[in-house]
This record gives sequence, structure tokens and C-alpha cells, in this order.
Amino acid sequence: MSSRIPIVPENIKPLPLLKENEGMLSWVASVDHKQIGIMYLLASMVFFVIGGIEALVIRIQLAQPEFGFISPEVYNQMFTMHGTTMIFFVVMPFLIGVGVYLVPLMIGARDMAFPRLNALSFWLVIFGGILLYYSFFTQSGASEVGWFAYAPLSEKPFSLNKGPTYWVLGLLAVGISSVASGLNNIVTILTMRIKGMTIRRLPLFVWMILVTSFLLVFVIPVIASAFSMMLLDRLLGATFFTPAHGGSAILWQHFFWGFGHPEVYILILPAFGIISEVIPVFSRKPIFGYEFVAGSTVAIGLLSVGVWAHHMFAVGLGNVANLYFSLASMLIAIPTGVKVLNWVATMWGGKIYFATPMLFAVAFIIEFVMGGLTGVAIASAPIDWVVTDSYFIVAHFHYVLYGGSLFAIFAGVYYWFPKFTGRMMSETLGKWHFWLTIVGFNMTFFIQHFLGVMGMPRRTYTYQDFPYWGSMNLVSTIGALILALSILVFIWNIFVSLRSGKEAGNNPWHAWTLEWATSSPPAVHNFDLVPPVRGRRPLWDLEHPDTPDEPNAKVV
Amino acid sequence: MANNKMLVGFFVASESIFFVMLILAYVNFHNSVTDGPTAFNSLDPVRTGIFSLFLLASSFSMWLAGRSLATKNHLMLKIWILVTIVLGAIFIYGQASEWFGLIDQNITISRNVFGTTFFTLTGFHGFHVIVGLIMLSILLGLALFGDFKGPKSDGVECVSIYWHFVDGVWIVVYSVIYLWAFL
Repeated sequence: MSSRIPIVPENIKPLPLLKENEGMLSWVASVDHKQIGIMYLLASMVFFVIGGIEALVIRIQLAQPEFGFISPEVYNQMFTMHGTTMIFFVVMPFLIGVGVYLVPLMIGARDMAFPRLNALSFWLVIFGGILLYYSFFTQSGASEVGWFAYAPLSEKPFSLNKGPTYWVLGLLAVGISSVASGLNNIVTILTMRIKGMTIRRLPLFVWMILVTSFLLVFVIPVIASAFSMMLLDRLLGATFFTPAHGGSAILWQHFFWGFGHPEVYILILPAFGIISEVIPVFSRKPIFGYEFVAGSTVAIGLLSVGVWAHHMFAVGLGNVANLYFSLASMLIAIPTGVKVLNWVATMWGGKIYFATPMLFAVAFIIEFVMGGLTGVAIASAPIDWVVTDSYFIVAHFHYVLYGGSLFAIFAGVYYWFPKFTGRMMSETLGKWHFWLTIVGFNMTFFIQHFLGVMGMPRRTYTYQDFPYWGSMNLVSTIGALILALSILVFIWNIFVSLRSGKEAGNNPWHAWTLEWATSSPPAVHNFDLVPPVRGRRPLWDLEHPDTPDEPNAKVV
Repeated sequence: MANNKMLVGFFVASESIFFVMLILAYVNFHNSVTDGPTAFNSLDPVRTGIFSLFLLASSFSMWLAGRSLATKNHLMLKIWILVTIVLGAIFIYGQASEWFGLIDQNITISRNVFGTTFFTLTGFHGFHVIVGLIMLSILLGLALFGDFKGPKSDGVECVSIYWHFVDGVWIVVYSVIYLWAFL
């Protein structure tokens, strides 16, 4: 065996584990990135259940024509809170949380650059969630104006209840939290990398978190600004978005989507990162075209800030604007397609091992491409005019957000659960979860494409008994119930595996990134010794000293 | 550690996007007021311009405070931080008296879009100045307790970056609100 690469010595004493200082206070007062990361994940699970129940209420109300399961007001509150919860309190906290847990481990650092700021970010999310959900207890309940809160409906004369005020306050808290975690991530990734971990050797998940963090830092202030204006309109009688008093409702749309479109890349880029970690490990091959995956992410990040008005084709911005925003939006399909090609080419000729994380990753590619294709279609203004605000749009964004972000989240949970807890998740339950998700998800949302083309508007409280509408909606509702069942299996799997899952060991998947070089769960200080980094797969280099990834890399 | 300064640098960049949006809102409505108060018929560019000079001067005194720290002149460090606080407070006094004058003439945030955008933009800036004054006061307290040995201090440098940013934003705000209306 070559002696050029030193082997990490075995630890004589077992590393202290997080378990040893359990107790509520050790969590609440924690500034440890792993504990904060776990709390992020738990919080997003709780909100996921709440948002899921809201979705079920929506689907039950729509199960048959002219149904009166709930009142129209409650229905409006349900879809508003469902969308807001899933975006700001489920997908964002999950992806930020998993980033907070993994980024320091992946770059060989002890913690984030600013541990206390990290804790502040987390608790602001909880604070924002409480503010948002408190609105249910106010007179006439939560916000009823939809997740994009279009003016003037969200303004004083039209929404006199306190719902939108609490909504905007809650989201401002989450916004501050997001900027803080974005700043923390950027500084951590730029300054805390271990020797040898150059930018070109960063794990792709860290790359995606870096680009996402730049988007957070530069895009969240756009909506923070608009939210402040909306708050002033509602509380002090300012007139930013009230046309009756000289304001402009279109300005709100521009400001909202100026944030809203980059936001969808904030929701999907870290998911790309998870997929880019899972697929190589379960194909037993290094990622195909590392530079292209990283570079195309930067391209998506840059393009994403210049396409917002494709959400506003129905406004009538004029042909020049429509043409520009159509073409610019279609352009994003190129870097996204590059990624899909990279993932497929990574699997090509690999020894694919279909464990649950890989199943979700492969399904991610298929479902996400479905959502991407409808996305390219509706980027074209004339097509958008036909299907805008219909169930076709609902189907499209659930394919990219559920079929995309959430499938990646599931892949990530199954992949890193052994690292987080020291135990494997049950493969049997995992496969039940997977197949129930596939059936339930496609059953719920695929049929909505057709409902949309047939003219069913989104956010409609109920509908007349047109031919097939009742039966097609019933199919969608049954799909949603299957999806709910799949989530119960998932939660059951987490509980069972936490109690009696198989011991995982340090590196159950034989993965190559640094987080697998420490114990599971990692010691409080993460590493006693970090393996030398001389390539993109430090643990491969360690195990195969004769065939390292970069044979000519300098010994540091 | 370079970490702190990098954090403040990116934070300030993020904040500047926040202000760009407020300024865009102001610019968007600049020509849409048909009756009632506007920047042209209700503001005094000279008076506010004079108070602006105090804010500009405070940036200079903050820079001198940093210089004093670099040369380990602890007395001058305290004096220059104090001068910065006083100059910033004078600016805030000027803005407060301007606001009260306008409100006395019934020009408020809810009067029309000029009032809305003017009070929002200058208000958020004033809020940032006050936050800066609080941070400077903490710095002064720490300096009086002898916390800064020199020649470098991340605390002083970070507050300094923030203070110059607040100053820079005001130059843009003043140009957009006052100079645009009167030149």
C-alpha cells in the first residue's frame, strides 16, 4: 500500500455524543449547528403535517360538485395558509436546516461561522410561524387573500380582518431569518473550509447552498421591502398599493414576483444539491460533469432574477415585455436540462443500488422533468393566457415543488438519517412510503392538468356538475388521501427507526464526502481528525490510495 | 477574523437592495401626484441639505476614529466616536423637526402617494441612523472601559462599515427626493 496518504488513526476513546447532554434546555439554548439543524427539520415536519391537513381539507371540499364541507371563508383561509406554510415553513426551513447541519461537516469545519446568529435564524422561524398561526384565533380568522396577497384585495377596504397583518408580520420574521442564515452560510462556506477543500472541490450540495444563500441575501430584501410597504398600508393608511388613493396594484405584483420567482429557485436549488449527492453514491460513480452542475446552478441563480413578469402575462404588460419574459424564462430550461443530463449520465453504466434514497432521487428526475416541461409550455405567453389561474398551473407547480423539492427532501432524509441519528431507516417501510407517494402524488396532480385545460379555475370554492369534473376531482381527492397515508408511513418509519433501527456505523452507504468520516451522530466538535482533502471525494482517496481522483494533487 | 467584516459587507449589500426597492417605489410615483403636497411644494432642500452635511461630516469623524485606533491613540478614539454620535444626533434632530413641520401642515403618510413614499423612505433611513447611533453608543461605552487596544478592532470596523453605508444611502435618498425635485 502506498504510504503517501496517511490513514486517520482509530479513536481510542469513543467520541462524546449529543445524547449525553440531552434535556430540553440543552436544545433550546443550543448554538450547535447539528442541534439547530435537527430542530429545523423537526419544525418543518410539524408544519408539514399542519399544511398537509389544510391540503386535505381543500381536497375534501372539492371531492364533489357543489359540496359544502366548509364555508367559503374557511376554504380561502385553507388555501392561503396551505401555500404559505408549505413554502415558508416547510420547504425553506427543511432545506436551510439540512444545510445548517451538513455544510460545516462537508467542509470539515467545527460549526457555522456565527453559531448564535444561526440560533437566532431558527427561533425567528418559530416566532414567525406562531405569528402566522395566531391569526386563526383573531376575529374572522386567518388571511384569505392567497399566498401572493394581491393588492388591492389584501389592502384595508377589502380585507378588514387582522389575518393579512399577522400573515405579513410572520413572513417578515421568516424573511429576516432567511437573510441571516444566508449571510451565515456564505461566510461559513467562503472562510471556514478545511485545507485542501478548494472551491472546485466543494461537494455539490455545498455549492447549491452557496448559490441559494446568495439568492436569499439579495432577493429576500425585495419582499421585506414590499411587506413593509403593505404593513404601512394596512396599519398607517399609506397608499402604496391602493389604486383608489393614487397607489398602484401592479407595483405589488412586480415587487412580489421580483422576489417570488427567485424564491422558487431557493426552494429547488438545495434539492438539486441533495440529488447531486445521492445519485453518485448509489450509482458508485463520481458525478458526471461536476463543473457543469455547479456552473449551471450559478446560471440559474443569475437568470432567476430577470424573469419575474412571466407570472404576470395576464396583466397585459405589452408585447415587448411578454416576448422578453417568455424567452428569458425558456432560457432557464437550458441550465436545468444540463443538470438532468448530468444526473442521468452519472447513472449511465453505474452499479445502481436502489435503496430508498435512490428511489426517491430517480423519481425526482422523472417528476421534476414533468413539471419542467409544463413550465416551458406556460413560459409562452399565449399558452399562459389560456391556462393561467387554472388547475393546470396548480398541477405544474406541485410537480416541481412536491415532485421536485419534496421528493429530494425525502431522498435526503433517508440518505442522511443514519448520520443524524446513528440508525438506519427501515427499507421495507421506506419502499411502502415511496410507492404510496408515487401513486398518491401522480393520482392527485396528473389529472389536474386536464381539469385545468378543461377550464377549472384554481382557488375555486366549488364547481358546477360539468361532465367528468366531479369524477376527476374525486380521483384527485382519493390521490390526496393516499398521499396522506404515505406521510403517515414516513412518520411511522422515523419513529420506529429511531427506536429500533439497525445500527448505522459511520458510513453505511460507502459515501465519499466528509460528513461520513465522523461518527454517527457526529461528536459535538464534529471531527477529531479530518481526513486530508486532495480531491472531490476525500473518503474515496482515503480508501483507494493507489487510485485517487486527482493523482497529481499536492500533498498539504 | 475577517469573518465579521465579510458578514457586515454582505449584510450591507442586502440592505442596499431593501433601500433600492423603497427608492423604486418613490421613483415610480414621482410624477403621479396631481394635487396635494409634492416634494417640490412642501420640502426645503437647503435646510435639509445643511443637516445632511452633519451626517456627511459624521462619516469623516468615524474614519478619523478608526485612524486613531490604528495609531493607538485611545483618547482621540473616544473623542471621535463621541463627535460621530453628536453629528448623527443633529441629523436625526433635523429630520424629526422636518417631519413635525410637515405633519403640522397635515402632510402625513396617508395624505397621498408623495406622503406615503416620502415618509417611508426617509423613515426607514432615519431608523437605520438611530440603530447606528445605538451601536456607536455601545462602542463608546466599550471604549471608555478600555476595550479597544488597537491597532485593529472588528467591532469598530464593522460599525464603521455600517455607518458609511447609512451615510451613502442618504446621499442617494437626498438626491432622489430633494435634488430631483428642485434641479
